[in-house]
Amino acid sequence: MANNKNNTILKAHQLSIGYKTKKIETIIASNINFELKKGQLIGLVGANGIGKSTLLRTLIKVQPSLFGSIQINNKDLDATSTIDLAKQLSIVLTEPLLSKNLSVFELIALGRHPYTNWIGSLSENDLTIINNALELVNILELKEKRCYELSDGQLQKVMIARALAQDTAIIALDEPTSHLDMYHKAYILKLLQKLTKETGKTILFSSHEIDLAIQLCDTMIVMQKNEVICDQPCNLISDGVFETLFPKDLISFDNKTGSFRVSK
Amino acid sequence: MKTNHTYSFISLLVILLFCFVVNISLGSVSIPLSSIFQSFFGTVENETWQIIISEYRLPKAFTAVMVGSGLGISGLLMQTLFRNPLAGPFVLGISSGASLGVAIVILGAGLFGGAFATILISKWSIVIAASLGSFLVLLAVLVVSSKVRDTMAILIIGLMFGSITAAVVSVLSYFSSAEQLQQYIFWGFGSLSNLSWEELLIFFGIYAIGITLSIASVKKLNVMQLGDNYAKSLGLSLNSSRFVIILATSLIAGTVTAFAGPIAFIGLAIPHLTRQIFKTSNHKILLPAVFLFGAIVMLICDSIAQVPASDYTLPINAITALVGAPVVIWLLIKQRKIMF
Repeated sequence: MANNKNNTILKAHQLSIGYKTKKIETIIASNINFELKKGQLIGLVGANGIGKSTLLRTLIKVQPSLFGSIQINNKDLDATSTIDLAKQLSIVLTEPLLSKNLSVFELIALGRHPYTNWIGSLSENDLTIINNALELVNILELKEKRCYELSDGQLQKVMIARALAQDTAIIALDEPTSHLDMYHKAYILKLLQKLTKETGKTILFSSHEIDLAIQLCDTMIVMQKNEVICDQPCNLISDGVFETLFPKDLISFDNKTGSFRVSK
Repeated sequence: MKTNHTYSFISLLVILLFCFVVNISLGSVSIPLSSIFQSFFGTVENETWQIIISEYRLPKAFTAVMVGSGLGISGLLMQTLFRNPLAGPFVLGISSGASLGVAIVILGAGLFGGAFATILISKWSIVIAASLGSFLVLLAVLVVSSKVRDTMAILIIGLMFGSITAAVVSVLSYFSSAEQLQQYIFWGFGSLSNLSWEELLIFFGIYAIGITLSIASVKKLNVMQLGDNYAKSLGLSLNSSRFVIILATSLIAGTVTAFAGPIAFIGLAIPHLTRQIFKTSNHKILLPAVFLFGAIVMLICDSIAQVPASDYTLPINAITALVGAPVVIWLLIKQRKIMF
């Protein structure tokens, strides 16, 4: 992988994240540094409450960063308007849909919002992009279904198609595999890997499926109490990063298989 | 997608025109249908009929169309904004504000005494009081909505305004005479009649601004269905969108209440009725459909309130609920689930 600067799409420098009210700043994680390259699949892992969702929310400007900077395409996030950001970064969240009465097509079409006119008419180009998204995720047959008719796995695919329709260089997903069975967890992550290869998009997802992430990701961001490490999975294993990820009393990391084992 | 609904829209439009004509043809004085059509395109020989139609029935039918469509649309806006199927045009406390204004004018008139009281209880003073009341509440809600980030908090604040109004009204009624109370209660029944063409023009002006703002919000409303974070990630400015939607609702519901009284039920029920029948939550289809449904239902309710072939006119507020509630219950039982 070439290490030139042009290839970097998302960069965090000495970033601190957390909550800010008028007087008090609650820092959840600090000194976060990473550079994400185009066309990569990046897994964001860490224990519960370590700040994975907060980091993703900071990236989409729902929460302000407390210190340091985030750059998308060499442009500071603070200097990017929400509408410009909408054309560069799309998201898939864990929060449930408010209206499951939308049809799959209507839902995915909403991904075209940043590009459509004042009343949201879809052009030929929009329709092509929506159909491409349906095809890429392999859900053409769901097009006319309503969202309440879908299973969790199907809905997750639809939400990914919606993010694809937004036509952004980066897609960020917050725990896309929660609520899914083992097969669908692997299916969704494998799908994300396929999308990075076929579309050249950068896909960042947070997950508790460390085993799967190790096998599929190009890069992993491991969030720990004292530091945030960003590297290729094989380097992370040889550096023994995963061994210190959790308390050792219940589970331990097996370097040979690259997976966690329950202590006997 | 639109082609599926073209027939529905055409048939709704035909039904609307039909209801409009039926509404005009009904009343305590029976006028033959041929004369009614003549009156649209010229003059009728019978001068009394001409006056009845052009000065009384036609303004009333237009009022019904604006009241029904306006309340329906503001109900739709509120249900989407608050993501709450129980929301209606009055959740922001707009009708409470109007009621408070009217209560102070009618019930408080006794406190000013004598000749001044009779001036106060003219028709215009009630319209102005209702407008002022709802405008002040609207202003308060807009200030709050720019400060409070939580949409649900705005909902609760609206309900609080309602409680304050109810309290003030009950204190005022304790000190008022029977006639004053009766007048206030009559205002509460709602009324579509007695609007002059000048009043209608003012009504239409403000109503049109509200409707224009609603149409301009269609895209925003659709994105809002995904939730705040998704909407924001799609580049929607939440605060300004919320402001425009609240402003549109307040303008429409405020003027409707000022001119026709606090008409209940329509604003809550019409959006549900429309969603059940059109089976969509795309506001590009819902908004015009709610407009047509609202106007049709209001015209029908008003025709019933006339009690055909009699001199009685029932309070419109009672009819809207009596006719509408069973329809909504029937639809919900038939579909077995709420479309939202």
